[in-house]
Amino acid sequence: MKATNTDEQLFKAYLSKVKKETKIVYTWQVSILITFVLLWEIASRLYWIDPLLFSSPTTICQVIIEKFSNGSLFTHLEVTLLETIAGFLIGTLFGILLAISLWTSKRFSRIMDPYLVILNAMPKVALGPIIIVALGPGYVSIIAMGAIISVIITTLVVYSAFNEVDPNFEKVLISFGASKWQIFKHAIFPATLPAMISTLKVNVGLSWVGVIVGEFLVSKQGLGYLIIYGFQVFDFSLVMASLVLIAIFAAIMYKFVERMEAWLIKHSSS
Amino acid sequence: MSFLTLDHVSHYYFSKNNYTKALDDISFSIQKGEFIALLGPSGCGKSTILSIIAGIIKQTEGKVSLQKKEVETTASEIGYMLQQDYLFPWKTIVDNVLLGPKITHTHSKNTEQKALKLLKEVGLAEVANAYPSSLSGGMRQRAALVRTLINDPKILLLDEPFSALDYQTKLKLEELVSKLLKAYHKTTILVTHDIGEAIAMSDRIFVMDANPGTISKVFEVPIELRNEPPLLVRRHPKYQILFDKVWEELDQRENVQTKKVVSINNEGD
Repeated sequence: MKATNTDEQLFKAYLSKVKKETKIVYTWQVSILITFVLLWEIASRLYWIDPLLFSSPTTICQVIIEKFSNGSLFTHLEVTLLETIAGFLIGTLFGILLAISLWTSKRFSRIMDPYLVILNAMPKVALGPIIIVALGPGYVSIIAMGAIISVIITTLVVYSAFNEVDPNFEKVLISFGASKWQIFKHAIFPATLPAMISTLKVNVGLSWVGVIVGEFLVSKQGLGYLIIYGFQVFDFSLVMASLVLIAIFAAIMYKFVERMEAWLIKHSSS
Repeated sequence: MSFLTLDHVSHYYFSKNNYTKALDDISFSIQKGEFIALLGPSGCGKSTILSIIAGIIKQTEGKVSLQKKEVETTASEIGYMLQQDYLFPWKTIVDNVLLGPKITHTHSKNTEQKALKLLKEVGLAEVANAYPSSLSGGMRQRAALVRTLINDPKILLLDEPFSALDYQTKLKLEELVSKLLKAYHKTTILVTHDIGEAIAMSDRIFVMDANPGTISKVFEVPIELRNEPPLLVRRHPKYQILFDKVWEELDQRENVQTKKVVSINNEGD
């Protein structure tokens, strides 16, 4: 009895140690944030930095509250979020489909190789003007920007994951006389699901880049538009407020995808 | 009438700046229900023979026929078991076993019952719904065996299926496989580099030679040993006699190989 007691105690001691460590980390994280905001506020009020250029946390809060209360911010937020989500989904889906088609034919993948390398190396946002000319100055172009930025990298990552699946799994299936599609369904797809999901996380960030740049170039709505507008009318509080919102929502989206990843991985393997 | 025939089969592996002759003029035939062991050093093309019979790779020259029909592509007629179990980690044991029927579109309530019956026979009834990762090596290999047997293949190809297991598990599994295959009258080809295993399990032993792969000698396992279970075979006095003969043959082959390599190296100088 006594022995189990001490075992239990040791375990409890370990748990409390872990808890304490987590607490320290949290404390530091919060204090860094508070210090930063406070310093910013003080520096701005005491004119260490130009408040016209760098604004201040309170002004930014005021702008956000004011814009939310008159409802104008909702449309901008909604437009940007929808564009980002659409771009993200389309980019990921097309990337995976392209990877599947490369996997289906070795010859096709060899033919496509140099083009993929060039497309991947190319800074996609540079295509912005051409996309706008082709698809018109509207949300279609912006979604296309959000998508195109993640398509090729998704293709390359997923295709290389396909190729890393142990060929012996394929061999087992071939010995049963499996077709290409059956091999994909039973071996390649489930084996590479984690890799595909992890590209989602990367793509969320990329789609934000594409959409914001797209909104810089052409738009009358959205957070990217607000940034450019604020810049042009010299309202840097508006620029900062938009940035803060982008940071918050990008983080929320990332966390959401991360949750989804954990859920999918858990439910696909057990 | 012979069941499986290999007729002057040769195979080359080509790469960009080289080619190797993996198999040279292999001919043999096997009767229905026979158990053959292919024994030889690594790199002698043992596994290549299995892949060709399974239709996974196409031989460069020669003909392979199963029941007088030429083997063109893989079919459910052949069961192939690999060195490691290669159970799909994302499928339960029973789903792994049912892969064959699902791929050949013969999956039904019947096959499901058959799967459970076979799993019970190899002592895996309790873990049918578990995932492979929670099973030991021996259990996983037994599950892989059931997966191979479920489609009722006419011929079984075993590619060193016991080599990744510890000795005790290996002996037990040999016992089980031998019992099952006898019960179901399966024709089997076992690839191995373990002389004892070859004698304990098979009816005939083909000793192979490397570079290029050829069959250098065929040993008949004495009739007294054939019908005994593997564990008892290993204790039989005739076992040791045959073991020594096979050992000598392999040893001689190795010496020849070494001389070959030495002479090639000397040429290079």
